[in-house]
Order: sequence, then structure tokens, then C-alpha cells
Amino acid sequence: MSNVTTMHAIAELVPPGSRVLDLGCGDGALLAHLQQTRSCTGYGVEIDDANVLACVQRGVNVIQLNLDEGLALFGDASFDVVLQIDTLQHLRNAEVMLRETARVGRVGIVAFPNFAHWPNRLSVLLGRMPVTRRLPYQWYDTPNIRVGTHADLADLANRSGLKVLDSFGLQDGKAVRFAPNLLAGTSVYKLALAR
Amino acid sequence: MTLIATPQSQHFAQALPLQSGASLRDYSLSFETYGTLNADKSNAVLICHALNASHHVAGVYAGQDKSEGWWDNMIGPGKPVDTHRFFVIGVNNLGSCFGSTGPMHANPDAPPGSGQVYGADFPVVTVEDWVNAQARLMDVLGIHKLAAVMGGSLGGMQALSWALQYPDRVAHAVVVASAPNLTAENIAFNEVARRAIVTDPDFHGGHFYAHNTVPKRGLRIARMIGHITYLSDDVMNEKFGRKLRDAVLADVAAAQGRPKQGTAPSGGSAVHAVTSVGAYKYTTQDVEFQIESYLRYQGDKFAEYFDANTYLLITRALDYFDPARQYGGDLSKALARATCKFLLVSFTTDWRFAPKRSREMVKALMDNQRDVSYCEIDAPHGHDAFLLDDPRYMGVVRSYFDSVYIEVGVPA
Repeated sequence: MSNVTTMHAIAELVPPGSRVLDLGCGDGALLAHLQQTRSCTGYGVEIDDANVLACVQRGVNVIQLNLDEGLALFGDASFDVVLQIDTLQHLRNAEVMLRETARVGRVGIVAFPNFAHWPNRLSVLLGRMPVTRRLPYQWYDTPNIRVGTHADLADLANRSGLKVLDSFGLQDGKAVRFAPNLLAGTSVYKLALAR
Repeated sequence: MTLIATPQSQHFAQALPLQSGASLRDYSLSFETYGTLNADKSNAVLICHALNASHHVAGVYAGQDKSEGWWDNMIGPGKPVDTHRFFVIGVNNLGSCFGSTGPMHANPDAPPGSGQVYGADFPVVTVEDWVNAQARLMDVLGIHKLAAVMGGSLGGMQALSWALQYPDRVAHAVVVASAPNLTAENIAFNEVARRAIVTDPDFHGGHFYAHNTVPKRGLRIARMIGHITYLSDDVMNEKFGRKLRDAVLADVAAAQGRPKQGTAPSGGSAVHAVTSVGAYKYTTQDVEFQIESYLRYQGDKFAEYFDANTYLLITRALDYFDPARQYGGDLSKALARATCKFLLVSFTTDWRFAPKRSREMVKALMDNQRDVSYCEIDAPHGHDAFLLDDPRYMGVVRSYFDSVYIEVGVPA
């Protein structure tokens, strides 16, 4: 999801001046964008050496950490916004991480590939796992170990005691509010701990 | 281009009050500088050294090709800490044995003309004392604010302490393979090393200079213990494994074209038949395994140049460092004073200053909403990794100093 318009669509959800924790921040592009255009501060978390280096090069605060080891380093509600952009589907402890996201941040923003997007459904209907621009991997080498849909996340959020503040789809950088589970390649949720 | 280093010395007449309540007067600090201080004196980088190092951080001494500074792979022209850009300062700490005033120097409080050296009377110095002494040297050099202070291990503790003692005099702190204090296990290792030295009959209660002896046995053992803790289990196994000293000698002989000689003292032919794996000597006191020979060699080398009292002083400075102590152990409260930006680096196989300890500092800095980046380098070399070349480690430090340089302001 390196798509710039998509990145900007996510950034729109972050109030200016927020303290942000970006879990799985990649090369730090989104954080840098938030710092420059929305006066945000905060940290990115990354495990990959090359991405950590890219963040340091950009001047983005980055903490090298394996998210599967949890978020013990971060205190309750210590961030205004916790971002999990294209991260959740890579995590072994996806459910715990969703709760942790809401614990650490006042608001959690989660984006992940929607496996119920119609081209994916079509592909499975034809007996093949989908390989698309959004999901470019073969079934045997995909890093996406959690395969879920836009509709599925609503259930998990509910089960985890999280309140859905907003949810919609993203397709070609545009918000999809009508039938996002069918029409959007990316699912976006804005969550808060139901305190 | 070879960087030529020139050691300098600065004398301080004014007494330095120490944390213990004692003070040091008439002392001097050895230091080296590399690069050029810019007009507004904003490009100074202070490098703090660890246990067994000195002010000779980078470059070589004129006419001595093999005299590279201890962090020459990190600091120099075109290196990650680029001396074309930064004015880099290395300072030898008080109590050391490489030039700055230490236990082997004349004690100004001794009766005049006695020529007595400090010996065991050298006051206990702490990380905070060293930082105060370094700050005085910065005053002499006309440097009010450091672009960065950087150190590994005990040097990293000094970098952290700079950020706490002189928050308005540091813009960046780079803390590598360090810890906010020592664990009980760490103190235990230090104590074994100290006991080895203190119980050496040649130590004479620390006044061995007057007896013309050197407690080399103690120093050797201290160094051997230290060396074990600087390496990882994996690296030790890879480097030495269970290889026998004799097997190594036989390999050397074979490489030199000489016939392999049986070196086992009572080696029968049956034993000689297995020389390819090496034969045990069945000895309890001779060197049998290669790791033993390595440790003895390191110990011997160290005992030739290091001072026993310095070893005690520096390990004690390590033990005492604990900025959270006056905040009831709350590191987050302790680090609230620090306002500079931080880069922390740790190495996954470093068990002496484990990544967990660096994460404690990262957490405390984040609790205070400070700018901090943290890299955990997956290197096999244990604590020693902070002195070795690793492209990820070097790359991150280089990139970090690129941003420090941009902040300093590129000269027109």
C-alpha cells in the first residue's frame, strides 16, 4: 500500500498535532508525511533492518521491535492515534495486537487487504487463490498469514471490546462507503477501546 | 587519506569536586581532536570511551602505521562519524592509565619531595565525575553545546549522563550497547575480576608501585573473565569450538610443509593415529583447548599495559552508575531531565549489555515523549559487536549523523 493517494487518505483520518504510533511503519513515509503536513509527532515501529535505516534517513523516530512480542514498551493511552497500516495481516497475534492498539492509543486506525473484494471472490470461485495488484503473492509465499475481510474485522472488533468509530473501504485512493466488503481492496477501521 | 592523530594534554588547577565528596586537584586530561571546529563551534562531537580504551579514538600516530584508534572504523574522514564534517574529541577519563591523571601519578597531597603516587589513594570516580571533567575540557575548548555525544558500553553511560547532567549542552546522544545500570550478574563479574586483582600478593593493597611489582596474575584473570563476557556463546564456538591447541600447532606445521610432530608427552602410536582430530594430553594445568590459549594470551597482553588500580576504579564506576537511583528506581522520572535527541543501538547476542537494557532506556525516553530511535542489530559477536564492522550498524550511525550534520547547518 505504497500508493500515495491511499497514504493521504489514511493521513486524513489523523487529527493535526496528534501523537502517533505507527506499527509496522515501513520506510517511514506516512509518519514523515504526518509530521510535515499535520504537525504530528511520535514513533514508528519496524522489524526490518532496511526499513529501520530508511526511517533514520528520513529523520523519523523509529523503534526496532518485533510486534509479535507485544507492545509492553508503550503505556496505556500514551498516543492519540495508533496506526496499523497493512500490518495486522502479518501478525501471528493479530487479535491481541488489535486490543493492544486500542490500549496504547486513544484511537486505533487499522487498514488491511480485504479478501472479500469482488476480484478475490471471483478468483476463489474459479478455484484459485487471488493474485492481484493489492495481493501480489502466491498462496505459498504470501506474508499475509491472517486472511480476513472487511466484514470479519467488525466481528473481531466487537469480540475484543472495541468500539468502531468509523469503517469504510479504500479503492484507488478513494473512500468506498457503499458495499465496501465487495467493492474495496482495502478495509479501514477507526477503533477505540469501549471504556 | 590517513588521519594523523596528535595527543594533547590539558592541566586543570581548580579542584574537581567528586560525587563521593572527595575532590581531585592539579589534574590533567589527555585528549585528541580530529577535524575542524566550525566558526560557531556547533559541530563538536564528543566520544566517550569504555573500560579498556583511551582518548586515541581515531587515526594513527605519525610513523606508527598499526596504531589505529579504538573506534577508527567508525570515526574518521568519510567514516560514519565524518571528521570532514565534525570536530571530534576523544578524552581519556580520570583514573585511567593512558595519560590522564590516574593512580600511577604523583599524589599532590603526599609530603613534598616524597614522590609518592596515588596508588590505592586515588579517589573513587564515577561516570558523573568523568562527565563533569569532560565538560570542563569543553569549556577550555570553547564549546558550549555538543552536536552529539557518543559512546558504547560504559561510554554509552557517559553519553546518557551528559544528557542528564548538561541537558542544554547536548543536541544528540548516541548510546550503543549500553545500559541504565548494571545488573547483579554484571556487578558479580566485576567483583570476581576485582578480587582476582586485590588478592594477588603483588597488589600490596594497591601500593604495588612502591614495591616495584605488578599484580599481573590478577590482571590476567580479570581480563580473561572480561573477555568471556564480551563474546557470545555462538561466536566462541565458531572461533574456537573444542579445537585443541595441539591440533592448531599441527595444522600450522602442516601448512609450513613440516611433518606433523606428535606433541602429546606420552604419545603412543595409537594416539598419533588420531592426530587429525588432535590427541588429548591428559593434563590439568597445561593448555589443552584453543580457547584456553586465547584467553591466556589476551590476559598476558592486557597485564603488560593495564593498571590494576585503574581496573578497580573503572569497574566500580560501572557498578555505581544508576541515574534512576535517586528517583526510587524510576528510570522514566530520571530521564525526564534529558531534552536531546537519542539514537540507541544494541546487539541481539550481547548478554553483558543485553537489548532488554537498551529497551528500558528507550521506554523511559518515550514515556517522556523524547525523540528517540532504536536499532537492534542481529549480530553474532556479543558485546564486542559495538566495535566491529556491521553494515547495518554502520549505516544507521552514518544516516543518523547525516541528520545531525543537517541540523548543525551546512556551511555556505
